[in-house]
Amino acid sequence: MNAQEIKSILDVQFSDAILGADLETASPYLIIEVSRWHEISEFCKTDESLFFDSLMSLSATDIGETIEVIIHLHSFKHNHRIALKANVKKDEENIATVSDLWATADWHEREAYDLLGVVFENHPNLTRILLPDDWEGFPLRKDYVPQETYHGIPVPKVKE
Amino acid sequence: MIQEMTYKPDSMILNMGPQHPSTHGVLRLRLETDGEIVNKVEPVLGYLHRTFEKHCENLEYPQIVPYTDRLDYIAAMNNNLGYVLAVEKMLDIELPERVEYIRVIMSELNRIASHLIALGTFGLDLGAWTPLLYTLREREMILDLFESACGARLLYNYMWIGGLSHDLPVGFVEKTYEFLDIFDAKVKEYNDLLSTNKIFVERTVDVGILPKDLAINYACTGPVLRGSGIKWDLRKDEPYSIYDRFEFDVPIGNDEIGSVGDSFDRYMVRVWEMEESAKIVRQALDQLPKNGDVQAAIPRKIKPPKGAEVYFRTEAPRGEIGFYIKSDGTAKPYRLKMRSSAFVNLSVLPEISEGWMIADLVTILGSLDIVLGEIDR
Repeated sequence: MNAQEIKSILDVQFSDAILGADLETASPYLIIEVSRWHEISEFCKTDESLFFDSLMSLSATDIGETIEVIIHLHSFKHNHRIALKANVKKDEENIATVSDLWATADWHEREAYDLLGVVFENHPNLTRILLPDDWEGFPLRKDYVPQETYHGIPVPKVKE
Repeated sequence: MIQEMTYKPDSMILNMGPQHPSTHGVLRLRLETDGEIVNKVEPVLGYLHRTFEKHCENLEYPQIVPYTDRLDYIAAMNNNLGYVLAVEKMLDIELPERVEYIRVIMSELNRIASHLIALGTFGLDLGAWTPLLYTLREREMILDLFESACGARLLYNYMWIGGLSHDLPVGFVEKTYEFLDIFDAKVKEYNDLLSTNKIFVERTVDVGILPKDLAINYACTGPVLRGSGIKWDLRKDEPYSIYDRFEFDVPIGNDEIGSVGDSFDRYMVRVWEMEESAKIVRQALDQLPKNGDVQAAIPRKIKPPKGAEVYFRTEAPRGEIGFYIKSDGTAKPYRLKMRSSAFVNLSVLPEISEGWMIADLVTILGSLDIVLGEIDR
């Protein structure tokens, strides 16, 4: 199934929740309303004609006012793929976890929380994964300023 | 953090690592044990975190290639390949035939070298010291070949965007044939030494069974997924580069010895994959165009169009590595995320190791074949 057909299946039920799409790029994606994130993900996983049983990757990007969360899905059964995006307002909004649907999302979401500060609601263990637990700030945000010291150890300054 | 610990009768918290030889690097496992039985495993990561993704945002596209070497440093060629293919997909570059063939040859040789390390250290984990000496012997030959091509033995920086750093040196093709002739007979030697060793078989068969549905739910890839009996290989099912031109099989775990998806199957898949890789290298050498450029015409400054983004995945020795790259039209990526195969494969460890003994945990971890450079990035 190509990206257009996948979109048309989702359009039937969720046309009001799909805010945008780019189906022409190398990795086609749909933009989803944050509040319907879990519902649509679940539909993508369980619907017989979509059946996205594999979550290839989950990443997040700081795009200014919001943080864009993106999941890349793949179906072993039908061998098709799509990406879903949601724009989460920085520090104001949370997004639902999908780790109950795809267990692999657990660590990916912890990484997104660790490096970009996205809070995933209902995540079983949302703690830092790569950085120390008491690190300050979220390094992959564009406005990140490294802390000066960490337990008395000076943190090297980034040269411009 | 003492506050977060809960004491339970009959259980002990045990830290395995970060300095522990069987964890293949600086991995720490926090175990909850009842005597020798492991009730809970919690991997603690980050001891080798080098802020790869943050670095990438401050580097120009070609400058990132050497950093990708340092992700999975056992299989640097395959990391180079994954990254350059992702960028080339964004730019839509047409590559010379010779480049494609040399890339395949190098990646498959590196896959053999990586699996040789996996085999040797897996034996080492289970107390078999000798096989490592044999596998390293053959790996040295591959490293010699790499050294002759690019000067480096571990971190190659060989595949560049639009081509390669150097053409093959005189005599490389002949030497590679010579290696393949030697190597073809060696797999039997590994099987005699390790795969059919009674102690080894009893330590690995039926240990740490990973069922099919769990493997998919945790998005395991590579030999871990195929060990569970799922025939899925990106080189076959989603061919990139020129992999569709070669004939090879995709070995999967079977129930001839023990159940499907145990540690033994994951190990055997690697042994079989080495034979398949050798087949691919031989075919690629046969078809390799004699002359031609090793660098395509690419813009002087690499600037993918604004807003372009790509998620591209390739089959590395440990599974799928994916690069998600988002461009803002400048010479540096706006965001680069690497989907690491070992990171994802490791996340299934708590699920499949509960209830086993501590010594079996070492087996299961060894059979996942992790590299911390790729996990912590």
